[in-house]
Amino acid sequence: MRFDSLLDSVGQTPLVGLPRLSPSPDVRLWAKLEDRNPTGSVKDRAALAMIVAAEKDGLLRPGCTILEPTSGNTGISLAMAARLKGYRLVCVMPENTSSERRQLLRMWGVEIVGSPAEGGSNEAVRVAKVLAAEHPDWVMLYQYGNPANAGAHEETTGPEILADLPEVTHVVAGLGTTGTLMGVGRFFRVAKPAVRIVAAEPRYGELVYGLRNLDEGFVPELYDESLIDNRFSVGPRDAVRRVRELLDCEGIFAGISTGAILHAALGQAAKAVEAKERADIAFIVCDGGWKYLSTGAYEGTVDDAEDRLEGQLWA
Amino acid sequence: MAIEVKVPTILRTYTGGEKAVSGSGDTLGELLDDVETRNEGIRARVVDGDELRRFVNVYVNDEDVRFTGGLGTDVKDGDTVVILPAVAGG
Repeated sequence: MRFDSLLDSVGQTPLVGLPRLSPSPDVRLWAKLEDRNPTGSVKDRAALAMIVAAEKDGLLRPGCTILEPTSGNTGISLAMAARLKGYRLVCVMPENTSSERRQLLRMWGVEIVGSPAEGGSNEAVRVAKVLAAEHPDWVMLYQYGNPANAGAHEETTGPEILADLPEVTHVVAGLGTTGTLMGVGRFFRVAKPAVRIVAAEPRYGELVYGLRNLDEGFVPELYDESLIDNRFSVGPRDAVRRVRELLDCEGIFAGISTGAILHAALGQAAKAVEAKERADIAFIVCDGGWKYLSTGAYEGTVDDAEDRLEGQLWA
Repeated sequence: MAIEVKVPTILRTYTGGEKAVSGSGDTLGELLDDVETRNEGIRARVVDGDELRRFVNVYVNDEDVRFTGGLGTDVKDGDTVVILPAVAGG
């Protein structure tokens, strides 16, 4: 495959079958390998789409500064696109994110503003909003509320899955900004409404939920619950167990959040087997495991890994 | 046996600091009514009228109850209920 530039190579990722983890020939699992995107994560789709939309709207001009709250992958994707397109990038990032993510951002020339670990990404969003008010000339793309984030998945991820797997019955993806699920959901509600849209949401340690009051809670502006059918909360233990199974059984080395998504996908598979129904379940592999090696999720016992992930933003 | 309800840090002022409390009922709504009798004030922080509060998520055996019938979701002995504030990802 030939492309004019790295930016043109975003998307069109492989969908691979999982013959060993699929429970039967009638109930099959398929992994969409989003780690094959240019910077190694699904966020390349949203980041590029948000930049292109902002350019089209005249918000972004050469030399502009982009501001974004991110726990990592969106920042890394924006950094690549910003570097190629000549923008300065400032990322607000919670302090409890892996060191690899920080190193990668710095390598791409990103300025990182830390936000307190307590409160997780909620705090990054809050700090970014303060910075945006202080610097009205900066452009905050704001992945949690930017329709181009979901739009990227409505226009590319969803159609790619349907083209590769016309018999698809379920799509399972992670719930963070909600962009992937909102876009894929919106696409399938029209293109093939019988497809069940399933969300896997990471459940972190208590530190991340340590808000001062409940009204500080946060639901991304993009979120529309009518576009999904089930939503599961997956803790670090199940995520680690599954991410190791994915490598042991199918040879796929994925990031920890993919373990959470696989856990929900296997839950759907078990339900289909029980109900004696055919199922073709596609799920998103968000990224590879490289950026999370320092978290300790991939070595030692599952108990140890679970302890080490306590308080970290692992998804 | 009973149903375990895991309580987030921010609501432990109603449980005397306990991380989890137990209760009984056939639906989530009944369970929360029962928990309220021993932990006065907690229900109103989770429920507003007949609906969950906007920034609160409740899971029965890891599944978000907004997709399983809300307060009418069936619960039974041995289930685990988790209450969490809504937080951002990404």
